[in-house]
Order: sequence, then C-alpha cells, then structure tokens
Amino acid sequence: MFGIETLSGNAKALALVGLVFVQAISLYVVYGALGQVLGPRIRSALRGE
Amino acid sequence: MEILGMSALMVATFTGFGLLIGILFGFFGMGGSFLVTPALLVMGFRSEVAVGSGLAFVFGTSVIGALKHRGLGQVDYKLAVLMVVGMTSGIEVGKYVIEFLSAAGALDLFISVAYIGLLAIVGLVTLRDARSDDDGDDGSRFAEKLRNVRIPPTISLNGGSSVSLWIILAVGFGIGILSGILGVGGGFLLMPAMMYGFGVPAAVAVGTDILQITLSGAFGAFTYAQSGYLNLPVVASLLTGSALGARIGAAATSLANEDDIKGYFAAMLLAGSLAVASKNLGNAFDVSVLQTVSIVLILGSALVVSAAVLYSSITELRANGVSEATDAHAKAD
Repeated sequence: MFGIETLSGNAKALALVGLVFVQAISLYVVYGALGQVLGPRIRSALRGE
Repeated sequence: MEILGMSALMVATFTGFGLLIGILFGFFGMGGSFLVTPALLVMGFRSEVAVGSGLAFVFGTSVIGALKHRGLGQVDYKLAVLMVVGMTSGIEVGKYVIEFLSAAGALDLFISVAYIGLLAIVGLVTLRDARSDDDGDDGSRFAEKLRNVRIPPTISLNGGSSVSLWIILAVGFGIGILSGILGVGGGFLLMPAMMYGFGVPAAVAVGTDILQITLSGAFGAFTYAQSGYLNLPVVASLLTGSALGARIGAAATSLANEDDIKGYFAAMLLAGSLAVASKNLGNAFDVSVLQTVSIVLILGSALVVSAAVLYSSITELRANGVSEATDAHAKAD
C-alpha cells in the first residue's frame, strides 16, 4: 500500500506515522469544509424546518 | 472487495466503530483511545498490534484536536517539553515491558487484565461523578502534597505556581509507561495532573495536554511501527470515522445535558471491561459464545450510548426549533 511495503525499519515507521499525520490533516480540512456547507442544512432538517 | 488491503466489511466496521467513539468522546471531551485498544483485543488482534495501532490513533486524533484548538489553547512550552521528555522515556520503558512480557508468553493476559482494571476504574469513577456533586477533595489534598515537594530545581509555570522538575518528569514518566503499555494517550490523567497537581490554569492545561499527547503519540506510534506493530488500514478506518464523530459529539455538547448521559457512558466503560474479561474467558475455556458476547458488549454498548447522545440532542434541537417558532409567531401577532 502506497509503496510502504518496499521500505523497512525506521523509514517504514516514519512513512506510516507520516501517513497518519497527513490523513488527520486531510480529515480536518475535508470535514471542516463539509460542516460549513452542510451543517446549517442538517440543523434545519433536524429541527423540522 | 478490498480497501487499503482490508475487506470492505472490516473497513466499514472500523469506520463505524470510529464514528461511535468519535461521537462519545467528542461529547464527553476525551480522546477515546482507551476504548480502541480493548476493541482491537476483543476483535482478535495481537496485543502489540492493538497497543501500537491505539497509539497511532491517539496521534491522529490529537493532531486534529491540536488543529481545532489552535489559537484557542495557550501552551506552557516549558512544561510541555519536560512532560514529553518524561512521557517518551516512559513509553520506551513501556515498550520494553511489552517485549519482555511477550517473550515470557504473558503479554495477552497482562494487557487484558490491565484493561479490565483500567476500564472498570474509569467507569466506576465516572459513575460516582455522575451520581454525586462531590468536588474531589481527595484529589485536592493529593495535589497539595505534590506541590509541596520542593526537590530543586523548581520550575515556574504559567499561572504562577512552581513545581519541582523531578515531580514533572516523574509524572510524565509514569503516564508514559501507562501509555506505552496500554496504547492510551493519557489525557484523562494528564489534565488533572496539570490542573490540580501543578496548579496550571485550565486553558493552558488543555493546550499543553494536546501538544504533549501529539508529540508523545507520534513517538509511541513510531516506536511500535519500527517493530511492525502498526496496522495502518485499521487506524485509517478508525480515524476516518472518529474525526466525523468527534464533530457531531462536540456539536451535541451545546444541546444534550452531559449529566443525563454520564451514567450510560460509565456503564459502557464497565461493559468494555466485561468484554475484555469475556474474550479472555472464551479463549481460555474455548467457549466461542463468550467471544461473540465480548464483541456484542463493546460494539453494542458504544452504539447504544452514542444513540442516546444523538437522540437527546435531536430532541433538544427540535424542542428549541418549536419554541423559537412559537416565539416568532407570538411576536408577529
């Protein structure tokens, strides 16, 4: 996956932790944008408006 | 079909479980790591992988937490650096303990017993907290004793208090060992240690807590990944669900009453403790139904309690909507 299998030891560990880091930032950005776009609509729908 | 080298069903299961954990711990303001590792144990992952993946999950959630709190949290960098030094040393020792226990063939039993105890203690403390208005005098007395230890050099902290360097390192080291052995972030210990033990103001404690958990979580995940004990597809799926759930849980805090649901949350932690015990009994006596019970207990209780959070929030949101509409009509008349 993502060519990580070809790495070993410290390089592999660093790549794995780096991927978790990148994923966390991506999720923060994507969910943040989705929240801004869809948040008010979902709130209105739940309120039954 | 496979996603990230794991079956689509498993990816959906872990993402769904991550979502539930995110809702719960976003609502109750905790990291959620101490339910991830036991869930992985119950699902049959090796203890080392459960701990290593738990630490990677801690790292991912704390990065998101740090981004959310940026600009809000004040950080005591001196305290953060000292705590990280203590915690990373503790994590390293924790990993050696894990390797020693693994070589002795006692690792699975040790981790399971530790989690049965940890979840039971945190569950009982939460239950007591939900049922009483006690302001924790015992903790205050302990904190005062901690601050009165004056072994030089002492370090001045934000908020005006000063604490012995050795106490800070020792507390960090102790929490680090726990983190390294159990794969938890340790926020549930770090926050009270900083606020009550070191006298750091709450706003500074939150910012410092997130920074040091991010750094020590990265170190812990790296340490375990070096030995191949990090399951990336599991961590990625859990993180995808929990990042979304944490937003929902955080939004629910302004709607649902935390005290109403705290009792259920405590029951869920106790169910987690029972789940790990059930899994081990099932393995020891080769009773497959106990293994099924353990999975149902841990996933089912998380589902029930997060559903309670959502139900309570939506009910409150609708009630607010109705009263706002009534007020608007009254004003128009």
